[in-house]
Amino acid sequence: MSTHTNTDAAGSRNAGNPIVEQRIALAMTINGERYDLKVMPTATLLDVIRDELGLTGAKKGCDMGGCGACTVLVAGRRIASCLALAASFSEADVTTIEGVGSADRLHPMQAAFMRHDALQCGYCTPGQILSAIALLSENPRSIEEIREGMSGNLCRCGAYTNIIAAIAEVAGR
Amino acid sequence: MSGSSFEYSRATDLDDALAKGGRCNATFLAGGTDLLQLWKSGLAAPQNVVDISHLPLADISRDGDTLVLGALARLSDVSAHPDVKTHHPMICEAILASASAQVRNMASVGGNLLQRTRCPYFRDRALACNKRDPGAGCGARHGENRHAALFGSAAGCVATHASDLAVALAAFDTEITVRSTIGERRLTLQELYPLPSATAASDSSLAAGDMITAIRIHRASRFAPRSIYLKIRDRASFEFAVVSVAAALRVEDGLIAEARLAAGGIAPLPWRLRGSEAALIGRAPTEPAFLAAGEQAIEGARPLEKNTFKIPLLRNAVVRALQSVRGGS
Repeated sequence: MSTHTNTDAAGSRNAGNPIVEQRIALAMTINGERYDLKVMPTATLLDVIRDELGLTGAKKGCDMGGCGACTVLVAGRRIASCLALAASFSEADVTTIEGVGSADRLHPMQAAFMRHDALQCGYCTPGQILSAIALLSENPRSIEEIREGMSGNLCRCGAYTNIIAAIAEVAGR
Repeated sequence: MSGSSFEYSRATDLDDALAKGGRCNATFLAGGTDLLQLWKSGLAAPQNVVDISHLPLADISRDGDTLVLGALARLSDVSAHPDVKTHHPMICEAILASASAQVRNMASVGGNLLQRTRCPYFRDRALACNKRDPGAGCGARHGENRHAALFGSAAGCVATHASDLAVALAAFDTEITVRSTIGERRLTLQELYPLPSATAASDSSLAAGDMITAIRIHRASRFAPRSIYLKIRDRASFEFAVVSVAAALRVEDGLIAEARLAAGGIAPLPWRLRGSEAALIGRAPTEPAFLAAGEQAIEGARPLEKNTFKIPLLRNAVVRALQSVRGGS
């Protein structure tokens, strides 16, 4: 397994900045790859994933934990990465949508979202799919529990009916 | 959106955390779900963020008939714990009615008890708020006060407490363990949440550098068969309470032997309904007693212009909660 650093992806973005700020060294596994990172104390996990590593599937929607577009999995559990301070996630095992399926081998949840037309603009879809994958491991027993379990993911296009249908199909409900 | 800069440090153990947390303008980071919102909104500007999230304070256990929650236990771990589901179902219900799955996977129970109010005048720096800025005035008192408190308000603040878990805990005999560099002390929930001062600047009795390390819920399992957390909100999920009711009964020989009632969304602290409890004791668990408890719950309510609807809502929520637990499970 190769090891990446965030200077690989983003270069020395702050090289010309005369203000010396604390940088915190930490290692994380993201989509199965090991990363050695140096992050600002104020950086959220979402900031690091998007801006430092260029993994732009997770979106910065509300940036306040309310919309779910930034959902990622940490050790298989869904979290709002916009409310996660990156420095606190040293040694975390993170999955973003880039680590789920591939173009020629979709994850069953991705395939179900396509079959059910469970999106329009697609902005919320990475968060919806990651949240739905985590929800399956929580064993929802009914459509009502699926709806409740997905309340942390908003879809401004209003594709909820099809999103719930896609998840229900994969969950066998 | 981003807040002011700060230094980050990770506490190596509890003593290290308390020493670092006792410094000027330091704050503890646990789940971060409230702190990061406050920081991004400019409502918290710590110079030092002390990360305690990796300390071994996340155990959930039973000590006799006491449920012990480590302060860093995640909401989702508490609500999924077999002992909590079996012996304290109302606590599970309160947690599962809180926030979203993503937030519950992050948020700690200690942090949940210390979350700041969701009053929009507090959360928006463009609006007047005594709690945020003592002396600035309370915009809510004569403004958009649909969400505001009916009971227990200070002169300068009409905000409500946001935690669902705290309402469930208020119905039981709950003890909070607090540590600081000075030592350890144990508070009742009432001591954690005193009636607010004139400006209501703080939401709890804790001082800077104090850390909740554990929550103990004593002898509550006897209520497990007849308990409920009923939450009324503006949408079906992922929303704070307009009114909520934690209700627990113990019925003996067809009569109510013990009753515990607390309400949320109506006061600056989780609001124990002792008058309602008294109205139930010794009576059959039927409509007349429930209606009396509902009437007692609204006794002394002081509504503002736009929240009078909460008075019948609270009364009816108390009645409905009691109706739904009378048969037991």
